[in-house]
Amino acid sequence: MAHDATHDHHDDHHGAPKNFFVRWCMSTNHKDIGTLYLVFSLLMFFIGGSFAMVIRAELFKPGLQLVQPYFFNEMTTMHALVMIFGAVMPAFVGLGNWMIPLMIGAPDMALPRMNNLSFWILPFAFALLLSTLFLPGGGPAGGWTMYPPLSLQGDSVAYLVFAVHLMGISSIMGAINIIATILNMRAPGMDLLKMPVFVWSWLITAFLLIAVMPVLAGAVTMLLTDKYFGTSFFNAAGGGDPVLFQHIFWFFGHPEVYIMILPAFGLVSEIIPTFARKPIFGYKAMVFAIASIAFLSFIVWAHHMFAVGLPLGGEIFFMYATMLIAVPTGVKVFNWVSTMWGGSMTFETPMLFAIAFVILFTIGGFSGLMLALAPADFQYHDTYFVVAHFHYVLVTGAIFAIIAATYYWLPKWTGHMYSETWGKIHFWNSVIWVNVLFFPQHFLGLAGMPRRIPDYNVAFANFNMISSIGGFLFGASQLIFVGVVLHCVFFSKKKAPDRVWEGAKGLEWTVPSPAPYHTFELPPVIHDDELAHGHIED
Amino acid sequence: MTRGVTTWSGEPYFLNNVALGVCVVIGILVFGAMFIAMFRFRKSRGAVAEKWSHNTTLEIVWTTIPVIILIALAYLATGGLRTFADTTGSEMTVKVTGYQWKWRYDYVEYKGKAIESVGFMSKLDRESDETRQLNSGLDPKNVKVDGYNTYLINVDKPLVVPVGTKIRFVITAGDVIHSWWVPALGWKMDAIPGIVNATWTNINEPGEYRGQCAELCGQDHGFMPIVVKAVPKADFEKWLAEQQAQAKQPEPAAASTAEKPATAQVDAPVSQGHQG
Repeated sequence: MAHDATHDHHDDHHGAPKNFFVRWCMSTNHKDIGTLYLVFSLLMFFIGGSFAMVIRAELFKPGLQLVQPYFFNEMTTMHALVMIFGAVMPAFVGLGNWMIPLMIGAPDMALPRMNNLSFWILPFAFALLLSTLFLPGGGPAGGWTMYPPLSLQGDSVAYLVFAVHLMGISSIMGAINIIATILNMRAPGMDLLKMPVFVWSWLITAFLLIAVMPVLAGAVTMLLTDKYFGTSFFNAAGGGDPVLFQHIFWFFGHPEVYIMILPAFGLVSEIIPTFARKPIFGYKAMVFAIASIAFLSFIVWAHHMFAVGLPLGGEIFFMYATMLIAVPTGVKVFNWVSTMWGGSMTFETPMLFAIAFVILFTIGGFSGLMLALAPADFQYHDTYFVVAHFHYVLVTGAIFAIIAATYYWLPKWTGHMYSETWGKIHFWNSVIWVNVLFFPQHFLGLAGMPRRIPDYNVAFANFNMISSIGGFLFGASQLIFVGVVLHCVFFSKKKAPDRVWEGAKGLEWTVPSPAPYHTFELPPVIHDDELAHGHIED
Repeated sequence: MTRGVTTWSGEPYFLNNVALGVCVVIGILVFGAMFIAMFRFRKSRGAVAEKWSHNTTLEIVWTTIPVIILIALAYLATGGLRTFADTTGSEMTVKVTGYQWKWRYDYVEYKGKAIESVGFMSKLDRESDETRQLNSGLDPKNVKVDGYNTYLINVDKPLVVPVGTKIRFVITAGDVIHSWWVPALGWKMDAIPGIVNATWTNINEPGEYRGQCAELCGQDHGFMPIVVKAVPKADFEKWLAEQQAQAKQPEPAAASTAEKPATAQVDAPVSQGHQG
């Protein structure tokens, strides 16, 4: 076994610290910090999800029954901020922390102390953000996009801005760490073009993060000084321009949405070959497609702003650039299907979620292509069509990939198998209810329902009720997920083998399950046929 | 999506249908291939994994075909954008100003003649407003005009415009950003403080067309609807004359509603975007 050669024998005398505080709060261990990130992300997923439940409950039928419109706006704003910065991004950082060193044969992250700091900033950032809900004046209610002048009318601007600063610092440090790890800590023989696609996707994502988080920090700082120090960056009466904020915000915001999907591409590119028992189709094309999407993400920002009155040339440029993204994204989808073609497939829970990802993310991609057509976007913009679109790419895209990856590596993390039956129950409930939740929102948007409204005309009543029912059941289904994870961590008796899945390839499966506290203290010897993507020689 | 009722509103409708059709066809092919793979290449059916992991010809084909489809779509969309951006040759100008949470309409010019003091606020009708209060106990289903439910999509005073006339809208806002959207006209345009956006419509059929603010603008964002009442030209001219006559009378109530807001002048320079 490979791990006999690579795995040190003195783990026992420097294993995990016994003291709870020392182990978790002072950790510099990539696995423990990865776990912290994942647990934090799960907690935020449920907090953000509870906000969504408030939204869907109020929209269950026409008329205001539960909350005042201002509180509704706080809910939509906080739902987005918590889900984006609290649930999806930390989940990917957690998966990266856990798996990147294991996948490239490194003993730990390159900068372990910074790793600790970048995680422990997050609880404070979210304490700051969530505390606004309990303060006089309430939480931010101007949308997660924080468009001035509206966002400046709130009383919680300073809290919001400092929370965003903290999240940004955390993300930048996480990104630096990942780049440093991938570029410096690979085991000898792990060439860049032999790395798993997930590692590639994170390398590219990390560069996106470093490029755009400072842009967001700058934009929100200008909001702060506009609000409290009398500047007029975005105040027309003082010579500023409210649209300028939107340009700066979306210059961050569009790469940001790819920050939330590129690692998901990587995850799915690990899982599908494993369960198809066939190497990933077109490895180089996959890597190149991720890089092209990352590049294009910098030149499409104004497609979020087709209705602000851009000049004709601008509309045309951003429309064409946006449409181009369909090409590399299409290549990825075709390659996943080709990976499955001619394979020998089994359908364990991670594979089911990965297949659902490919189908439902593609549906999100189709609505994305429709939104890219500027004249049609004059109708779709700021309607439920857009809401449906980005939930298809974020929930059934990013979050399904995260769930798939959790099932995929959970046995490696815990040393026990999760319950396949309950995993499948979770899958079928999720995939059915998420479509009941979001598919009717396409129709609502096409019928003319604007987004971010707390109440609506009775013409929209039926689809809203269906969507709300789907929402409640989708939310409830995620409790099954918590049950499966808790069972696997604490109660499962079924031992996981080192190579948990029959078709699994890659270095992470050469270490024991559960992965010991320290791994690859001596670099492993790389055998090319052990790597996830098979033949890489041309 | 609605086909709309203007000379231009067919563009987004047509593009929507074409793009949807393209997506459905691609979807059937891709998902079809996937489901065939899932049934044919199951381990439980004794499938043995093959070893190949790339095929250059295939990869070139499925990069090229999407590019061709995209070029076709881009061509169609560009035509729609060019006609949309052309606000020249209008016979009438209306200034639209968004406020938290109501709209103001000022009639600026009709057939080359400046109009003075015809302008008014337009806000959510009283019946919807009472019904929409938290726990009002009133049923939104009962808010009707001529048997048609108008809950949250009716106003106290609609914008009256003539049919068969190219109407130029100049759109701005007095406080925060709003967005003026009537689906039947085929577009929405943001109303931004300090910026004047220009756009146009030319309505074919008389009727009442309803819409809502489409950009989050604060607590009552969901409660600032838009109603455009399109009437035959002769009726419009009559209506306009009445309004002008009313404005001339020293009637305090009418004078205060027709008073021009201090901010954002009508003749402020129009954003360059829609000149060409």
